[in-house]
Amino acid sequence: MNEHGITLLLGTVTTAKVLVCSMVLYVIISMIFGLMRLSKNPVIQSIATIYIEFFRGTSLLVQLFWAYYVLPFFGISLEAFTAGVVALGLNFGAYGAEIVRAGILAVPKGQWEAAHSLNFTPAKRIKRIIIPQIFPIILPPAANLTVELLKATALVALVTVVDLTFEAKQINSITWLSAQCFGTALLIYYIMARFALVPFLRWLEVLAARKVGKEKI
Amino acid sequence: MEMGWRWDFTYEILPQMAIATLNTILAAGVGYAIALIVGLFFLLAQRTPSKIFNWVNREIVEFIRSTPLLIQLFFVYFVLPQFGITLSAWVCGMITIGLHFGTYMSEVYRGALEGVSKTQWEACRALNFSTIYTYRRIVLPQAFPIAIPGMGNYLVGIFKDTPLLSTIGVAELFHAATAVGGYNYRYLEPYTLVGIIFLTLSIPAAMWVRKLERDVNISQGKIKK
Repeated sequence: MNEHGITLLLGTVTTAKVLVCSMVLYVIISMIFGLMRLSKNPVIQSIATIYIEFFRGTSLLVQLFWAYYVLPFFGISLEAFTAGVVALGLNFGAYGAEIVRAGILAVPKGQWEAAHSLNFTPAKRIKRIIIPQIFPIILPPAANLTVELLKATALVALVTVVDLTFEAKQINSITWLSAQCFGTALLIYYIMARFALVPFLRWLEVLAARKVGKEKI
Repeated sequence: MEMGWRWDFTYEILPQMAIATLNTILAAGVGYAIALIVGLFFLLAQRTPSKIFNWVNREIVEFIRSTPLLIQLFFVYFVLPQFGITLSAWVCGMITIGLHFGTYMSEVYRGALEGVSKTQWEACRALNFSTIYTYRRIVLPQAFPIAIPGMGNYLVGIFKDTPLLSTIGVAELFHAATAVGGYNYRYLEPYTLVGIIFLTLSIPAAMWVRKLERDVNISQGKIKK
C-alpha cells in the first residue's frame, strides 16, 4: 500500500483542483441566475427558471456523461477535466441560484425602500445595499451545498478524470486491497471536508457577519 | 458515423429504456424505504442516555454524510466479499443508499423533533402523560409536518442518485443507456433519453412534494388556503 500513497496524493490534488474550479464556476452561475430569477422581465425570468428546473431535475451523472460523451456529437469536444468542472458548475449553480434567490428575498423590505427613497439606481441598490447583506443569510446553506460539491467531485472519475476516486479504483484493480484503498480514499474525503473545507466556510461566515455588522455602525 | 438525432434508433431502444426505468423506480423506492428506517435507528442511537455512545453515533453520521456515495458503493461492493460476504450488486446498492440517506433522514427527524416546542413536553409532563403517549399523540403529530419537506426532498434526491448504482452493475436506467450506447456506439439518443425520463419523473415528484408540504401546513392551520 505504501508505494501507492503518492498516487493517492496526486489524485487528492486533482480532486482539490476540480473542487476549486467548480466552486468558482458555481458561485458565479448562482449569482447570475439567482438575480435573473428575480427579474421582472418574463423572458429573463423564464430562462432562469428553465435552467434551474432542468439542472435540478436531471441527475448529475447524466449531465456529466452528456457533457463528455454526447457533446462531441455536436462538434464540441471537451477535455474530461473541463467537462467535469462544467457539469458540476452548472448543476450546483442551479441549486445555488435558488439559495441566492431566497437570500435576496430574505433581505428586509425596509432596506429596499430605504435604498429607493435615497434615489439609488437599481444597479447600485443591488450592488451596494442588497448583495452585501445576503452573504450572512446564504453562506450557511451554501456551505452545505459546497460539502455536497466536494462529494460530487468523485463522479468526475467516471468520465476518466484522474482524481482521488479514479486512483482508488485503479489501485483496487491492481492490488485487490479493497478495504485499504477505498477506506483510505473515504478517510481523505472526510479529512478534506471536515478539516479543510468546513473550517474555511465557517471562517467565511464569520467574516461575512462581521462585515455586515461593521457596516451597520 | 451518422450525425444528428436518429428517430428509428430512438424507437428501437425505447422498450429497453422503459423496462430499465421501472428498475430505477424500484431501486429508488426500496432505497428510500431502507433510508427511512435506518434514519430512525440513527436518530434513536443519538438519543441514548450514554453520552459516549451518542457522540460515536454522531461522528459516524458525520463521516457517512461527508464522504461520497460513489466510494461508499465501491467500499461495500468490493470490501464485503473480502470478509466472505458476497452480496449481489442490487443488495449492496440498496444497503449503501439506505445507509447514506439514512444519515440525512436522521437529521431531518432530529430537526423535526427539535422543532416541536419544549413547552409541549412540559405540558405533557404536567398532565402526567407517559413518554410513549406524549410521543404518539402530542410530539410526533407536530413533528411530522416539519419533516415532510425534508423527507420529500430526499426521495427526489435518492431518485437522482440511482444512476450511481450503474457503476457496480445494477441494471437500472443509466446502466441500460450505457450498455445500449456502447453496443451501438451511439450515446446521443440513450443519454438524452435518460435525461428526459429523469426530468419527466422528478419535476412532477418535486411538485408533488411541494403540494404535500402546503397541504400539511394547511391542515395544521399554519397557513391559510
